[in-house]
Amino acid sequence: MQSYLLRRILYAIPIAIGVSIVCFSLVYIAPGDPLETVLPPDATAAMVAQIKHIYGFDKPIPVQYVIWLGRVLVGNFGISIADGRPVILEVGQALANTGLLALYAVPLAFTLGYAMGAVAGCFPGGWLDRCVTGTAVAGVSVPNYWLGIVLVILFSVQYMWLPATGMGPDGVSQLHLLQWTDLKYFVLPVITLAMIPIGIIARSTRAAVAEIRNQDFVQTLRAKGLSEWAVIRHVLKNALPPAMAVMGLQFGYLLGGSILVETVFSWPGSGYLLSKAIINRDVPVLQGTILALSMIFVATNLLVDLLQSLVDPRLRRG
Amino acid sequence: MTAVSAPQAMPLQAERSDAQSDAASLPATVVRSYWQSVGYRLRHDPATLVFAAIVLAIVLAAIFAPLIAPYDPLKESIIGRLKPFGWRGHLLGTDDLGRDMLSRLLYGGRVALLMGVVPVLIASAVGGTLGVFGGFVGGWVNTATMRTMDVFYAFPSVLLAVAIAGAMGGGIANGMIALTLVFIPPICRVAETATTQVRSLDFIEAARASGARPLTIIRHHVLGNVLGPVFIYASSLVSVSMLLASGLSFLGLGVRPPTPDWGLMLSTLRQSIWVVPWVCALPGLAIFITSVCFNLVSDGLRAAMDVRM
Amino acid sequence: MSPAIAAAAPSAAPNGSPTGNPTGSPSGDPRDRGGPRQPLLIATDLHKHFAVKGGRGKVVRAVDGVSFTVRKGETLGVVGESGCGKSTLARLLLHLIAPDTGELVFDGDTVGAPRGIAVSQLRRQVQMVFQDSYSSLNPRMPVRDSVAFGPFVQGARKPEARDIARRMLGQVGLDADLFGPRYPHELSGGQKQRVNIARALATGPRMVVLDEPVSALDKSVEAQVLNLLLDLKHRFGLTYLFISHDLSVVRYIADRVLVMYLGRVVELGPSESLFRRPLHPYTQALLASRPSMDPARRIEEPPISGDPPNPIDPPSGCRFHTRCPFAEAVCAARDPLLPAAVGADAHAADAHAAACHIQDPASGHSLAAHPQAPEAPPLAAAGTLGHA
Repeated sequence: MQSYLLRRILYAIPIAIGVSIVCFSLVYIAPGDPLETVLPPDATAAMVAQIKHIYGFDKPIPVQYVIWLGRVLVGNFGISIADGRPVILEVGQALANTGLLALYAVPLAFTLGYAMGAVAGCFPGGWLDRCVTGTAVAGVSVPNYWLGIVLVILFSVQYMWLPATGMGPDGVSQLHLLQWTDLKYFVLPVITLAMIPIGIIARSTRAAVAEIRNQDFVQTLRAKGLSEWAVIRHVLKNALPPAMAVMGLQFGYLLGGSILVETVFSWPGSGYLLSKAIINRDVPVLQGTILALSMIFVATNLLVDLLQSLVDPRLRRG
Repeated sequence: MTAVSAPQAMPLQAERSDAQSDAASLPATVVRSYWQSVGYRLRHDPATLVFAAIVLAIVLAAIFAPLIAPYDPLKESIIGRLKPFGWRGHLLGTDDLGRDMLSRLLYGGRVALLMGVVPVLIASAVGGTLGVFGGFVGGWVNTATMRTMDVFYAFPSVLLAVAIAGAMGGGIANGMIALTLVFIPPICRVAETATTQVRSLDFIEAARASGARPLTIIRHHVLGNVLGPVFIYASSLVSVSMLLASGLSFLGLGVRPPTPDWGLMLSTLRQSIWVVPWVCALPGLAIFITSVCFNLVSDGLRAAMDVRM
Repeated sequence: MSPAIAAAAPSAAPNGSPTGNPTGSPSGDPRDRGGPRQPLLIATDLHKHFAVKGGRGKVVRAVDGVSFTVRKGETLGVVGESGCGKSTLARLLLHLIAPDTGELVFDGDTVGAPRGIAVSQLRRQVQMVFQDSYSSLNPRMPVRDSVAFGPFVQGARKPEARDIARRMLGQVGLDADLFGPRYPHELSGGQKQRVNIARALATGPRMVVLDEPVSALDKSVEAQVLNLLLDLKHRFGLTYLFISHDLSVVRYIADRVLVMYLGRVVELGPSESLFRRPLHPYTQALLASRPSMDPARRIEEPPISGDPPNPIDPPSGCRFHTRCPFAEAVCAARDPLLPAAVGADAHAADAHAAACHIQDPASGHSLAAHPQAPEAPPLAAAGTLGHA
């Protein structure tokens, strides 16, 4: 067991290094001189020379990578071109805001998706099953930002129940999570973000539940005289690991998909930061945000794998 | 947006018993090749056929947009801005610059389909080749290839597409490059898995025992068994590609204005939802419908092709 | 037809040699070198080890020093439990995997040596029928194309290859028009094996290695396929290496039998002699463990106890000593060698020998001075058995 844990962690390290290399090279695939991408447009010659020295642009690329890696590991992600603030501060704040959304979206997606999938899997072929499967297919095909817009049209424009944008009337620092005045800003973004994972989790859970119900050990349970409800509990317990695995992958979707949803709702999270960075051609922020998000994704995948091996002993050998 | 998901396992079919087969030495049913039986199953699958027809209609509408569109999609109008459905002959209203929505939607389909199909095609060619050779050769070459692919797998697809397209500066070509790079790793993985599975089967060894060279074996024995899963998987990626592409356009990383593109239209019209909400929602509806239909057709193809013989 | 293919394509031998005549080899085969007394295949000291994944340097000793000869026109049976290395051996003979050490000599030419025979040439003369009839045929190809692939690869043009496939399907008893266009999933197990046999023979080999060809078939079908194999052997003057774990099958079809245990040869000899009077305790146990229909022959306990040992970590000395009822100290200390049964001498090739200390009077085993067989001829043979 421990060797599996160790191996899995060790395996994550070259992946993380690879990810960092990809992030590093973003600056170089940008058109134009890499130096210009990290300089504000009105830089003086002195600034240019200073940046050149700090970044080491005159050195060969592998050396630049090591320099960059060194800086990144101590938290120096560079300076934002747009507003001159350290990138890491902006990224940190933005991540916290996205994290708030995820805090609500993840449990919502998992419980609703699992419940829908379980119900559909227990009554395969029935109308419930068809509903759930239809919703799941729709969920996978819908552009989530469009869904957000439609929800805004419905709930903000037509029926003025919920606010259209923003993260709170008084700004981030004054957020009270338990007051409706602030909570109502969460409703639409969270629902939008959770819609697609609900569909995917529902689909996978349904498949898992339907498959498990057909397995021999379920027949054995019934033959032993367990009530149907108890049998269902067993089945649902067995369907948890695959659902968890899917949820883990969907967390990555949340990180990525948040880009679009946050843009729609002007939610000051990492996704919004990223889209602003794109508009402003603010490469340090772009690089920093992508690095942070992808590292979180790698760590999450690792965590999900480890948790899964704890829950499902069959996986420990792998 | 979905992360590209793994393909499903192939079901096994029970073998015929000798008694059954000898008794049926004169075949009661027609002997069909694999592709013939795929065609048979598709012909008898009404749901998939319906959606395939819709997809065809969308494709034709996009191709013949210049002939069908009632107005010039680029023609602006100062008085006719943000008008609702049916206003003075504009069936679907007008956008924020007075351009006809229906025409822009039709033309927008061209970009959408292009961005949906081309990256998947290129990624299939590149990823498929890499996967088949890696899977066949095995050893450290294969490990190195798959580990490199794993690095790209470590990014959520939207993030990777935005990162590459964003860094490169947007535009339709950069968008296609970004999407192609996003799709190569999963297709490579599907091809490699299928090839590795086939490679361990005895008939490959028998082919080697006959004296065939590796390239001959790949051509005659491996490809026929690998193209199926790769094709199924690639077809499911078309809708993902469309969604990603429209997402890139929404963020300003796709087509440049004034070219009509559904994602871009949605982005610019977002400000105007307070005026004519449902007109502004139309481009997203177009994306949604097209994506759903492609998904269902791909599911139908999978059901028809995914039978292990 | 191109001359090379015409020469190689199987044609019925004018004088089919009956089974059991080990010296008959079809006259008129232009590829024959060295005549009927030269063994068709000589395997010398073959070794093949596989590294255990993640096992820190441990190896599976799949084949660990195997030597034997195969004479022209005979059927050599190879018997052993699963894990004894039979399938690895089969693949070594066709050079589908390369041996770590050891040598193969085919009709006088060393395989892979500069002046000998190349692997590609070897593959024109030796073919294999695989065990799993399902996975040994490409599910996406009609069976006639699978059969035609071999000749096609070896130079025939497509129409010629198709013709050969048609003929071969007929030779194995399948109507080419009826069964040719079928796919493997549309055939029964027995029919699939016939196709496999047709595929192996399509390139006109002189020797066929059969790896458990009837193990997965029903008994009635098994009999048909075995008879087909015998029939084809007569017709085409073939030499067989027949691998099986089923002793009755091997007894029916083989002229000589080789018994393997954990990668080694433990006994080798003519079929009737081996079955009537097995020399090695393992062979004795195998034979005794066959279920019998005779109520008088009931056995109380299984003749072999324990599980087969781990091929990664075989026991010291004689590998069988942990399960052998006659094991003594010398068995754990030293490895008994199989007396030389290799070589071109026909007399030695008829010898029946076992790798067991009991058979070696100089070993120090308490039973060694009086070998188990009471009959006189083995004693004379024991005199020629040296400690090789």
